[in-house]
Amino acid sequence: MTIRQFFFSRRGDSPFKRILIHAVLICMCIITVYPVLRIASVSIRPSNRLLSTDMAIIPEDATLNNYVSMLVERDFLQWLSNSLLLTISTSLIGVSIAASSAYAISRWYFPGRKLMIITLLATQMIPGAMLLLPLYIIATRAGLINTWHGTIFAYSVTAVPFSIWILKGYYDTIPRELEQAGLVDGLNRFQVFYRVILPLSAPALAIALLFNFTQIWNDFLLARIFLQSPSMITWPLGLARLQEQFQTQWGLFAAGAMMVSVPVMALFLFSARWLITGLTLGSVKG
Amino acid sequence: MFRNVTNVGFTVLAVVGAIVLMEVLLYLFLHKTLKFRKALPIVLIAPAVIGIAVLILYPIVYTFVLSFSNMNLSNLRVSSGLSHSIGQFFTNIANIFTVPILKQQYFFPILLRTMLWTAIQVTFHVSIGFFMAVLLNRPMRLRGLYRALLLFPWAVPQVIAVLAFRGEFNYEYGYINTILGYFDIEKIRWLTDGVWNFIAVNITNIWLGVPFMAIILLGGLQSINPTFYDAAEIDGVSKFQRLTNVTIPLMKPVMVPAIILGVVWTFNNFNVPYLLNQNELETTDILVTALFRAAFLEFRIGFASALALIIFLILLSISLILLKVTKPDIQFQSEKKRLKEGETL
Repeated sequence: MTIRQFFFSRRGDSPFKRILIHAVLICMCIITVYPVLRIASVSIRPSNRLLSTDMAIIPEDATLNNYVSMLVERDFLQWLSNSLLLTISTSLIGVSIAASSAYAISRWYFPGRKLMIITLLATQMIPGAMLLLPLYIIATRAGLINTWHGTIFAYSVTAVPFSIWILKGYYDTIPRELEQAGLVDGLNRFQVFYRVILPLSAPALAIALLFNFTQIWNDFLLARIFLQSPSMITWPLGLARLQEQFQTQWGLFAAGAMMVSVPVMALFLFSARWLITGLTLGSVKG
Repeated sequence: MFRNVTNVGFTVLAVVGAIVLMEVLLYLFLHKTLKFRKALPIVLIAPAVIGIAVLILYPIVYTFVLSFSNMNLSNLRVSSGLSHSIGQFFTNIANIFTVPILKQQYFFPILLRTMLWTAIQVTFHVSIGFFMAVLLNRPMRLRGLYRALLLFPWAVPQVIAVLAFRGEFNYEYGYINTILGYFDIEKIRWLTDGVWNFIAVNITNIWLGVPFMAIILLGGLQSINPTFYDAAEIDGVSKFQRLTNVTIPLMKPVMVPAIILGVVWTFNNFNVPYLLNQNELETTDILVTALFRAAFLEFRIGFASALALIIFLILLSISLILLKVTKPDIQFQSEKKRLKEGETL
């Protein structure tokens, strides 16, 4: 393919306009991608050149020392395993709670249903920082600060309202005839739920799970209050503490940041189209 | 590390066990003892109701209680001078407007800054996002690649992006000042100068927020039926008219919820203004970060609770005004009918 064909095909736009559009998009891409590449570049710099003002992406004497010392000398693995444990367990609990509640809201009319829906919407508007203070005092009085059960309970509920919203929207699209067929075949209502409805809702459940996962995985605020002992902190707290001491830890921070975000970014970019349909599915239908 | 695994494991098992036990007992009670016809939905919804009540509704009520108190670091308990009274409530409310919320900053400058912050952010997110979406909606080569690259900031964990930007805004070594240096512009004190720090926070959040808005708007653009454009072409309208009379009205159902959510999320954004403000400059604080500092760094708990109520009222009125102006229809009546019919099943 010649350069000419590359720029000058399809639609009747003038070549100048087409080049201009590509140029604008390329500039935007540089703005969005450069900061990420920069962190990648800092993470492989040797420690004596961390603070150079060099703009090159791949430094001449690249090394993986920062990664090694992050994994071996620091508590990074501990932070990561704490985060993983909390995130996996609480997002699973959260989605199970949301899945059953959303089914009740989608299929039955019961007193308090409207109130429940309004409450679910209203919780999206309450600032997290506002709930933090009363939660902190309640949890302190109950002796739940710095304990796993307090943290797990708090995390399990954080994303439930939003998940219910997504799942209800999805359940509403499943025809009732399927449930009737199940009842005719001799299942009871509860069996219909977990043998007919849940398998059909796999895409929506996956989206809700992913939302729970990212929200808890990236949480800073709640962890900052609930987790205080160094053996319990999650990666956002750990990295924030590392980054406090800019001069010495910049390379370590960058290495940690890469290890935390590359898997998450891969997951996000891979499932982007899918995630967004899920999001609009819940909100637009509202 | 291993101890943590077993601890979390046992806690999770205990939580799940407690939920299941509660469900079974509740079902037996409602169904067998009371012969209640709608036992199943109530059982299904119970865990969420309890969780939301304990974790969201109770703290809200407790904020009210706290705002009637004079609680601070020196009197956390009744024995050390903690008291609740209606007079104290009015003192707390009055203090919000007459006493500095932080060390120097009063309420109204912070409120004004929060409004400015929200307005700047939503304007930039929607306008740049819309521009990006229109560009990406054109048939052209490399579109998939552009879209993936432009989505980058959305996929980076927010805490990491903010901390990385904080490093890059460093006066001496950050690349932002280095780039300015190439253009012979004097280096900027992003992290120590109040005005520039606020600008830095804004730049970071624009970088973070635009891609998400762009992708939502792109979804809306792609769902517009092309026959509308064909009709517009037959009518011979100009490109600008096509934008204002066809695209924007048809985009309203996508744009309105996106803007409402954008306003609420930006107003409540904690991570970006808090983490980027390394030197705790009060001139960068918005209401939620000021609330956090008053509560957790100075432990003026009674005062902070009253402030939380005021912030909640402001947010509630903004949301109600937005809902009133835009009127999204939540179809309770038709849903009620549909559900009543379905129940005969």
